[in-house]
Formats: sequence, C-alpha cells, structure tokens
Amino acid sequence: MFDLSTSYLGLKLKNPLVPSSSPLSKHLDTALRLEDAGAAALVMHSLFEEQLHAEAKMADRFLLNSGIGHGEAEGFLPDHGGDKSTLDHYLEHLAKLKSRLSIPVIASLNGVSLSGWVDLGRELQQAGADALELNVYHVAADANFSGESVEARYASLLSELHGGVNLPIAMKLSPFFSSLPHLIKQLERAGARGVSLFNRFYQPDIDLDSLRMVDCLHLSTPDEALLRIRWIAILHGRTRLTLAASGGVHSHEEALKLLLAGADVVHLASCLLLHGPERLGQILADMENWMSEREYTSVAQLKGSMSQKNLPDPDAVERASYIRVLDGYGPARGVRS
Amino acid sequence: MTSSQTPTIDGNEAAARIAYLCNEVIAIYPITPASSMGEWADEWASRGQPNLWGATPKIIEMQSEAGAAGALHGALSAGALATSFTSSQGLLLMIPNLYKIAGELTPFVLHVASRTVATHALSIFGDHSDVMACRGTGFSLLAAGSVQEAHDFALIAQAASLAGRIPMLHFFDGFRTSHEVAKIIAIERDTVRMMIADDLVAAHRTRALSPEHPVLRGTSQNPDVFFQSRERANAFYDAFPGIVQAAFDRFAGLTGRQYTLFDYVGAHDAERVIVLMGSGAETVHETVDHLTSRNEKVGVLKVRLYRPFDPATLIAAIPASTRAIAVLDRCKEPGADGEPLYKDVLGAFANAAADGLRAMPRILGGRYGLASKEFTPGMVKAVFDELAQALPKRQFTLGIHDDVTNLSLPWDESFRTDAGNALRHAVFWGLGADGTVSANKNSIKIIGEDTDLHAQGYFVYDSKKSGAVTVSHLRFGAAPIRSAYLVGDNDAGFVACHQTLFTERYDVLKQARRGGVFLLNTAASAETALDSLPENLRQQIVEKELAFWVIDAYQVAHEAEMGRRINTIMQTCFFAISGILPAEQAIAAIKKAVEKSYGTKSKRLVELNHRAIDMTLAHLHQVDVAQASLPAATGFAKDAGWKPALQPPAFVRDVTLPLYAGLGDRLPVSAMPADGTWPVGTAKYEKRGIALEIPVWDAALCTQCGKCVFVCPHSAIRARLFPADAAADAPVTFKHVPAKSKDYPAGTQISYQVAPEDCTGCGDCVEACPIHDKSNVSHKALNMADVSPLRAPERDNLDFFLALPEFDRDAVKHTTIPGSALLDPLFEFSGACAGCGETPYIRLATQLFGDRMLIANATGCSSIYGGNLPTTPYTTHADGRGPAWSNSLFEDNAEFGLGMRLATDQLMAHAQNLVKELAGEIGGDLVDALANAEQREEAGIRAQRQRVAILLEKLQNSAHPRSHELASLAEWLIRRSVWIIGGDGWAYDIGYGGLDHVLTLPWDVNILVLDTEVYSNTGGQTSKATPIGAVAKFSAGGKATAKKDLVKLAADYGHVYVASVAYGAKDTQTLRAFIEAESYLGPSLIVAYSPCIAHGYDLQYNGRQQEAAVKSGHWPLIRFDPRLEASAGNPWKLDSAAPTQPIREFMESETRFAMLSRSHPEAAEHFMAEAQSIADRRYQSYLALARQGEPKTGS
Repeated sequence: MFDLSTSYLGLKLKNPLVPSSSPLSKHLDTALRLEDAGAAALVMHSLFEEQLHAEAKMADRFLLNSGIGHGEAEGFLPDHGGDKSTLDHYLEHLAKLKSRLSIPVIASLNGVSLSGWVDLGRELQQAGADALELNVYHVAADANFSGESVEARYASLLSELHGGVNLPIAMKLSPFFSSLPHLIKQLERAGARGVSLFNRFYQPDIDLDSLRMVDCLHLSTPDEALLRIRWIAILHGRTRLTLAASGGVHSHEEALKLLLAGADVVHLASCLLLHGPERLGQILADMENWMSEREYTSVAQLKGSMSQKNLPDPDAVERASYIRVLDGYGPARGVRS
Repeated sequence: MTSSQTPTIDGNEAAARIAYLCNEVIAIYPITPASSMGEWADEWASRGQPNLWGATPKIIEMQSEAGAAGALHGALSAGALATSFTSSQGLLLMIPNLYKIAGELTPFVLHVASRTVATHALSIFGDHSDVMACRGTGFSLLAAGSVQEAHDFALIAQAASLAGRIPMLHFFDGFRTSHEVAKIIAIERDTVRMMIADDLVAAHRTRALSPEHPVLRGTSQNPDVFFQSRERANAFYDAFPGIVQAAFDRFAGLTGRQYTLFDYVGAHDAERVIVLMGSGAETVHETVDHLTSRNEKVGVLKVRLYRPFDPATLIAAIPASTRAIAVLDRCKEPGADGEPLYKDVLGAFANAAADGLRAMPRILGGRYGLASKEFTPGMVKAVFDELAQALPKRQFTLGIHDDVTNLSLPWDESFRTDAGNALRHAVFWGLGADGTVSANKNSIKIIGEDTDLHAQGYFVYDSKKSGAVTVSHLRFGAAPIRSAYLVGDNDAGFVACHQTLFTERYDVLKQARRGGVFLLNTAASAETALDSLPENLRQQIVEKELAFWVIDAYQVAHEAEMGRRINTIMQTCFFAISGILPAEQAIAAIKKAVEKSYGTKSKRLVELNHRAIDMTLAHLHQVDVAQASLPAATGFAKDAGWKPALQPPAFVRDVTLPLYAGLGDRLPVSAMPADGTWPVGTAKYEKRGIALEIPVWDAALCTQCGKCVFVCPHSAIRARLFPADAAADAPVTFKHVPAKSKDYPAGTQISYQVAPEDCTGCGDCVEACPIHDKSNVSHKALNMADVSPLRAPERDNLDFFLALPEFDRDAVKHTTIPGSALLDPLFEFSGACAGCGETPYIRLATQLFGDRMLIANATGCSSIYGGNLPTTPYTTHADGRGPAWSNSLFEDNAEFGLGMRLATDQLMAHAQNLVKELAGEIGGDLVDALANAEQREEAGIRAQRQRVAILLEKLQNSAHPRSHELASLAEWLIRRSVWIIGGDGWAYDIGYGGLDHVLTLPWDVNILVLDTEVYSNTGGQTSKATPIGAVAKFSAGGKATAKKDLVKLAADYGHVYVASVAYGAKDTQTLRAFIEAESYLGPSLIVAYSPCIAHGYDLQYNGRQQEAAVKSGHWPLIRFDPRLEASAGNPWKLDSAAPTQPIREFMESETRFAMLSRSHPEAAEHFMAEAQSIADRRYQSYLALARQGEPKTGS
C-alpha cells in the first residue's frame, strides 16, 4: 500500500490530486464523480466579483428601478423577490456539496477590489467551506502603480480576509511578479496558509471580423507545467506556505514532476474538462504505477525531492537552466562543428 | 399599530389584497390603470400565498378582456369564486359576459379602476364613462372614493354579492385612487374570514354545473317566456340595497368603519348639497368641513351604491332643509339633457315630490373631472356659490374654461381649505428614469409606517417614454387626508428639483410656499447656485423667502460607485432638511428600506447605497440667499437667449407649445379641435434636449453607408445630397463632403447631420457604424461626444441642413441602404424610449412610402409615441404630403386598416367611373391615363398626381353636373398605401382574430407587427409572442411554451406576402422586405424583431442583440413571396444562415432570460435546452421549405 496522503492549507488529504476551480464543481453529479474518481479535495468554481457587480447593476437597472416615468408602466419585468443572487446560489451549492461530499471543499473567490470580501468570506465559512482560495485578478496596467504597490494590495486584501475568517486561505497567483519569493514572504506574514501557482488569466482576443475585443480562455497544455515546476522547485522548503501547482497537468507525468519539485497538491482542470472526471482516477493509478515501479512508498517521500534546495546544482532551476537550454540548440559536444 | 396593520399602499394594491384572499380563479388582461391589480395577484400566487381557504388562486392571463370575461363566466358556472380587474376599453369588452353573469344571478366582484372610454381620443386617465356604460348589464355598481374605501369595499362587495347573488362592479377612480399611495388600516385576515359566510360560498358551489346533478343553463328563449324570465329576478335587485347595507353594518361591527348606501356629511340643516361619487366626494367632504365651520349650510352626499339605485334611501339621507342640489357626474353623455347620476337624483326627487313626500329642490347637473381633470376645493366652492344664485346654470361644467357653450363655472384658484392648510405638502421634480418616484413612494412608506402621521402620494407621469418628467405630490398630516387633488401653487413647504435641466424648462417653484424649502440637485456650488438659475426662479426664491439647498447628487453617486443612481441620495436630503423624522431615525429607515429592496438581489447594492446615504449630508449645502437682490421681474423664460429658427404655425404656437409647456389646463374649449383631428409635423418644435452626448460625424472617415440613419430610432441623424453651391452660406461648422457614389452628378455634396436637441443619446448609430479609424479602432466615423459645446452650433447646422432643397427622390436608389438613408423620414423625434427597436421600422416605411401612407395604428407603444399629445412625430414633405394616421382601438386594428383599404378602393373605382363618364370634358388620353395608370412605383404615383392636377384644372371650367363630385374624389385616383401597424399584443393576442381574417382576404394591406415579444406599453406582460424561457409578468417562472409562429401561420395561406426581419441583423433584407411587401397587391405581413427595454439590456446594444437573435436561431429571417409561386419559383426564401451561436449565449445576455437562472435555475436550464431544440427545429423546417423544388443531391 502506498501512502499517498499529503497536507495542504492544514487540511489532511488522502492524495495530492485536487480538481481546481472549473465548471465541474457546478453540478453535484460531476462533483460526486470527481470524488468517486479519487479527488482528495475540491476547489469550487470561482465566485467572480465582476459577476456580482454586473448582477447588481442589472438588478438595479432592470428590476428595481426600471420605471421610465410613463404612467402605463412602473417597470417591465416582474420582481417577485424570488430571484436569488449568484452569491446565494453559490452558498447554497457549497452547502449542498458539503452535505454530499466527504472530501474537503475549498471555495474560490475571484476579484480585484478591496471591498466586500470579508463579508463574503464569512458567509462562505458559514456555508461550510473548509478553506478559501483567493484569486486576485489584477492586471497591473497603471503606470503610476508600482510593483511594490501591487504586492501591497495583495497582502492587504489577504490580511483583511484573514482577519475576518477562521478558514485557511490560499492565494492563487499569476507568474507575473518581479520577485515571487518576496511576495510570498509577504503573503505568509499576512496570514496565508498556501499559494497556488499559477492562475491562467482570461485573455482578451481580437475578433478580426468585428474588430472587437473578445474574451477567451483556452484549455491548458502540458507545456505550461514547466513554469510551475520551476517555481514550485524554487519555493519548496523556503516558505512555510503549502504549495499547489495549477496549470498544465494532463497526465501522471506532470503531476509527478510537480510533486518531485515540491508541490503539496496538484490541481487538475483542463484534462478533466477534456476527458471527464474519471480521468483523475486514471492519473492516480498511473502515478501509483510509476511509484511502484520505482519503489516509492509515499508521496511524502518524493515530495520536493527535486526541489531547488535538494538539487546538486541549484542554479539548474534558475538562470543557468535557461543558458543550458540555449546551449542545447548547439550541436552535441561530440559533434565537430 | 404595526406597519402590517396600517400599510402605506396604493388603491390597486388595496383592492387586490382582498380580491386575492376571497377568490380561487383570477382571469385578467392588462390595461392601464388596472394592470397592477392583476400583477399583484400574480406576484402573490407565484410566492404561493394562500387565499382564505388555504389554496393559491389560479391566475390566468387571457388574450383580451373578452377572453378573461369568458373564462370568468366559465369558472363561476363551474363553482369557483372568481374575480378580475379591468378598466375602460377592457370593461367594455367584458360587457356581453357581464350581462350573462348578472342574468344568471352569479355572485362575483369585478374590480375596476375607472377610466375614460376612448372617443375623439384615447385617454388612460380616470372618469366614470366606462362604469356608466355598464348600467344596463344588471351588475351592482359600488363606488369607492379613497384607497381605504377601495380596500374596504372590495370586501363588502364580495360579501354582499355572495349574499344577494347580484354581481358587483366595485370601482374607484383610475390613477387618482388606483395609483394614490396612502396610509390605510388593513383589514385583518380574520375579519375577511368573518365577512365571507361559508354557507353562502357553499350555496354558490351548489348552484355550479355538475354532472352529478346536471342542469341546463344559457338557454335560448322565445317571445313566450324571455320577458317573464327577466322580470323574475326583480326581487333579487329589490332586496340588494338592504343586503349591501347589512354588509356595511357587519363590516362596521368588525372594523369600526361604518358606511351607508348614501353617506351624508355636512350641516344637519343644509340648504345646499352636492351629490357625487368617487374620489371627488372626498374633496367635497374636505370643502364642506371648511365651509360648515364657517356656518355655511352646506353638505355632501357620497353615493356608495349606485346600482341597484335606492331613491328612498337617497332622499332620506339629504336634509329636508335642502333647497338646492348639484349632482356631479364624472362622465359625459352627449346629447342627453343630463348625465346619469343627475337624472337618477332628479327622478328620485320628482317622484318624491309628486307623491307629496318631499318638496322639490332645485337640482343642477354638473360635469367634472373627465380624464382626471383636476377637481379642487375652489371648484367645489364655485358649485356651492352657484347653488346660492337666484338663477343658477341648470347644466354646468367644472375645471375648464368653456368659451364655446359657456357652461363652465369660474372658480377661485387660490381658495384653500383648513384641512389643506394643516397639511405639509412636498413636490419633487424628477426624471422618469432617475428613481424619484420610487424614492418618494419609499419615503411615504417610511413616514406612514414609522410615524403616526397620515401620508399621501400622487405621481404625475409624462407622455414620453424617454427623458420623461415626473412630478411627485406628497402630503403628510395628523388627520386622514381627503385631498384628492394635486398640490397647488404656493402650497408646498418643500420643493425638490432632481434635474438641473428642469429649471430651464419649467417653473419648478410655482408650488413653493412662502418660507418653504427648495432643494436642487446641481453641479453648481452653494456660492454659484443662485446665479445659475433662470431669473424667474431666483425671483421666487427671494420673494417667497425660500431656504435654498443644493447638492451635487451625481457627484456623490459617482464617488459612492453608484453610477447615476441618485434616488436614495435625494431622499436622504429630503429627510435631513424637512425634519419630518429625526435625522438618525430617517437615515436608519432609508437604510432599512434599501436592505429590504436590494438585500436579496445584491449585498453590494446595499453596501453602495449605504455608503451614498452616509456621504450625502456632507455634500448638502444651504445657499446664502439673504444677500441676494431681487432680479428684475422678467418672468419665466425658457432657455433665455435662444430663438428657434423654425417658426411654428399659429395652431402649434397657440395650442401645441402651451401643452408642451404644461399649460394645457388653461386652454379654453374653443382652442380644441371639435372632432379630435390634430395637425401633424409637431414633434420638431419640442426640442427636448435630453441627450447628454450626441454623435459627431467624422466626414473624412465616413464611407456614406447610411447605416446610422437606418438604425436611428428618433430620426435624429439625417443624410442629404445637395449641389456644392447650396452650401456656400453654410455655418462654419456645417460638415459636408463630396458624395462618394458615382450615381450622382459630379460635385454633389452629402451631409450627415445630427439634430442635437432631438437626439436621445442612445448611441445606436455609433454602435451600427462599421467604419473604424485604421489606426485607432475606438474612433469611428461617428463618435459620441458631450452635447454641451455642440448644442448651439449643431442647432444652427440643423436649421441650415433642413433648409437645403430636397434631392430628387427618383435619383436615389431606394433599394440600397445608402440610398434609402437619403430619403427624408416622415416620422421624426418621437418620445419613444432611447434606443427603441420599433421606431426604425416605422421611420423606414415613411421614408419609402410616406407621401401615400394611410396608417391604422393599434393601441400600444406605437400609438403612444405616434399620437400621444402634445405632439406627433408624423410629418410631411415640403409639399405637404405625408402619412395620415389614426388609432381606433387595440383589438380592431386589422379591421380598421382593412376598412381604409376598402374605402380607398371603392372611392378610386367611383372616381374612375366618373372620369370615364366625364370623358368628353376631360379628353380621351387623360381619361385613359387616369383610369389605367400604373402606380406600383413612386414615379407612377407622381405622374398620376400630375394628371390629377390637370384634371382638377379642367374640372374647374366644366359645367358637367358631376364635375364637382369628381373634383372632390379626384385625389382617390392616386394610389394609397395602407399600413396596419401594431405590436405583438395586438397581432398575436387581442387582435389576432381580426388579423387572421384580414390575412385571408385578398386586399392590398401592409401589416407591420412590431414584435417586442411582450406587452411593452403596459409594462411587460406575457404575450403569445413571448419566447419560451423568458420571464415576463404572468410568466414569473419563465414562459412555458414556445412563441407562436405567426410567420408560418400567415405563409400557410399561400397568398400572403410574409417577411420576418431584424434591421440590426440584416438591414438589406429588412429594406427589401418592406419594398416587396408594399409592392405586393395582396395582404402583406412583416413581423419585425423589435428590441425593447423590457428585454433587460441597454438599448445601445440593440443591434448587437438583434444579430445574436438571428445568429442563435431565435429569430430566423425569411421572406415568403407568393408572386414567385406564380412564376413557378419557390416563394420561401431563408435569409439567415444556419444558427452559429448557441441560443444559451443569446439568452444569457438578456435579463428577461438570465433572471430565471437566479430565480428558477433548473427551469432555466430546461428552457434553454428546449429553446435550442425549438430553434433547431424551426430552422430545419424553414430550410426544408426554402429548398422545395431544388434538385435532390446524393443517391
């Protein structure tokens, strides 16, 4: 028997495979299938700040204040008070997932502003969330806003939320920071229990017909795991925060590499969307085979075994490896050129 | 008492609460001002609220009031307790069934918000003409005069009807009572239970049709027994007044509120008495109290039960000392020597006098309050004064200045009652969309429910749907408020103006009383605010010694991230300044109300509103007016300094523009057209200036595609061609460039000109503009810009543009979008919603065919923005020709239009015969040409007009005995294009029978259905055009069935030209369809997708949503042209491609669908799947039809 257990955000998990925020958690059916397939925990689909704002604007304009000042119509849509906000539905769904799943459920907040998150966090806590993942969707496009200010904003947001709830909080980060370890140190001070590396932004695309910007999100590819491997390897052992690797895991191979680099959990989304929840079970089985073949007995054993600290040549994951890749475009040493 | 015991509600809700509790089946059809009663019932049912018997009443919306009445008759016959709510034309449609229901002695209560019946014009406002039309039905008529009475009488009517088996029509004044918000004492559920006797309910059920004990009802009877049968029911009517009084008495025992059949108030030794019913009785009551306290011997008799009429009780209720009586009727019976109540009272006294029971008093009859005309204490005083005259007017009118038949009584406008003086009055000027009305309703609730004060709110709305002005009239006082009239001049201790723009346009301080408060939302500071006002307002501030407060509410809203939502901010100012409640208590109450309204929908909105409320007081400043000097008395001047270039004709100057300025009440009878016929071409004089931003043309970038003109809902962007030298004296900012098309002579110039004060700022034109700056896609050939610096120069440019000579219409390609854009619209500057999706179709029709259009317009949005005074958007070419427009009813529009066609054809044939008969006078060639003219195309019509001119010249010199007759008919020799226009409520529901019938006939009519997929005008009720899964009133859980496929139904006849169009998705197809439909000699039907504010998205994106509707398969574009079948072609043309976008994406982008995902997520999922399947199926079926006759491919 392997001991696949791991720990993330202080949660004891039976294995390191955790479906990340995706539409799969929206339906109880697929959530149950994920659990059956072996998922150790579930990160819910995100509660988007923008969606709550848009919904508020919609309700304000078209339900609560839709009068146009004409005597025949005080409004145009029935406001029977039965409609619930996305937040209410989210909370209800969270409670439902908690009542039917035995694995921990991590609620996910996605936003950018500083307001309202504490109240939201409390409500999620009350609805039974085991932990929170805070995904700060902030594109630092303002030239007057320094990198330091950006980082301070993250820390401040986290600190505020941490002060308001008793749940462990993971911060999901983008790779676009000039000094990720420094930021993570600040987050640690602000009360984070983990970081998830990395989020994948919705990217604007250009529609050539209409010349309009359109949102688009492509599924990940295994190549994207490389960036995660590097940073997990760098951070493992240098922070007390638990580490989640997110993005690019399509098979047991990426999962194992990330664990070797030092991830406490590995998130899965695109591969599950492509192949269904049962894919998780297959990856788990393939991991076990690989471990068996190499006589690993536990995840704890392999976790971080190839982190930067544990490598004979720590530079290999920093700039040196870049140089080596460039070298790799030259002919092999034995070849005369 | 708690707020649930003394709620602050309007008359409709007050009546509906009882009706809901006491009934099992509620069949309705929306009609103003009764609609909200049905909507309340629907809302309560959708929440599962039980009636008295623990069940949720079944609510059903029918296709018309006639349908509702039929359903009610059936439900009552089968044993249910049933009710409905209606008004005016709706009540008239129910009349046949009312006779039946009464004839069968059926307990039933119909609640009516009484409204005038359309005569020379439609009016949505209140009087008793609808109720009076029901006198012969056998229904009992019970009149409530206040919100409290509407609540109480709803129950008393129910109890009495069950006891006496006479159905009751319980009515109260439309708008004045139905929409007045007042604090009332609610009837406890237990009281309702005690009033409704179980044994009487059981007796009703026992009489129900049942196969267990079958009977026959609804027989046909012969002369032998019909008459006796009618008389057989007399005893029920004889007993009924006593039964109603018994119900009044039982009610009094339970609630302490005692009513009688005829309630007398006033001096016990009165000599002069007014008799009337409805809300006016409350105003008379207030005035009588005032006069009797000054020892005047006057009184008022409030008629409660009008039918069955009980003369003995009426006479007994009037003091024997009475020497003169004025009976006031809120209706008019033309040709009669008095109105109904007057005649009844006169008859009662005549009989009593003849029997020696009572001396005959002098009895006068007066008409008042038609279509909610104001009825004030000053007018009441005038009646009492008239009664004191030695030779009073036997018949008179009140509230108007009748300089034609001189029937009106003059009145003292400054007369006020003690009760009025004891009240606090407040007036609020708001924009329709700025939430002023809802905030005021909220304030009244707070005051009504958090204090012992009585509160009243009445709201004056606008005829416009964009940039509408609302005026809220609020009263508060220690005693019950009987003032059923507006806050008068110099009465309001508090006046708020929520929009700075209004200070330029209206005398917003006329109601302000000396020493009162004026609160203004303005960007001006406390230091500059006074100077920013027009002189007449500054003068009033000083003269009336007003405390002047200012706040920049838009700035506060912006800082609080509330966008442009200012209502809670202004509400906070009102409470802070007025001191009606302690500030802290008021702010807590406003916040509580915000939580109640917004809490379930968005905590963020609650948070933002709270933030705005907290920020408000710091931004509220009092202006120091003590030092202000009195400005010179120059009077009120609109937009001083500007003189319109367009000089209006005398009628517009003397009638239309005063109406627009809000001075219509002062126009005398002689100023009115006698038959309801008004001039066209008047909207252009309004210059409403409601846009904050207007489009600016980048002439260099523009490709002159004309799409902006094509989509403009308000005809506020125009294109015109002209020779270069015509622009020699153009204003310096007037833009024009050489026309790019090679179709026009070299040097021809083109200009796209915006009407800056007619544009609503919707932005549809900019969205539709396909041309981007290659180096900066955000810059287009049209771009929205702040109107302030543009208003004056563009005003001059527009004047210049409109004065340019009209380009030769024949030289323009009507069949292209750029070409059609060059045709002058004869429908301009309507008051439709900004971004309306209907009006571009009407504008297009007038561009193409306006000079020969006869329009029959169904009641609805299009009749309101088309023909609601003071102005009309329909206009003419320079030669005076243009669409002639009329509205008959909601339900008969297809038939109305068909009648126009028949008349046109008949008179044309008659004229042609006369032409032949007068051939000797006219000359052979001209006769042939006139009689056989080819007039399908515009050029042919123009040629015929020239022939007719020649004909008329010849006839002038003719001595033929029929030459005058032919001269009067000659214009009918010119072909007319008959258009039948209306919305989906008309075409799919109430008028479908007529529409269907007209479609089966061969006559050449063009039917344009402006399909918003919902009843737009009455506020979003479900129609049969509403798509599956859409939320609408009466479909709170999403419409469960598919939209009716009107296109397919019409095309199935085979001889009807049919098109389904969406101008924002494929403008060329829309244009082609209009041209083809008009040229087809049989019936044509264009079903036009019309985005509406009821869809729940910003109409700036109207075009984008039309595109999505088509791309998703929600709205396939088709044309069915029977002419093609005749030429062995396939009449079916599918003009849209196979759906490329999931219908879910379309549905999720509109609130009408998206809100279901929050209220009923599982149903929403189900409906989206079903909608996809319907769209796929429909597309495939259209595709199969379009491919008929194509060679088969494959094996």
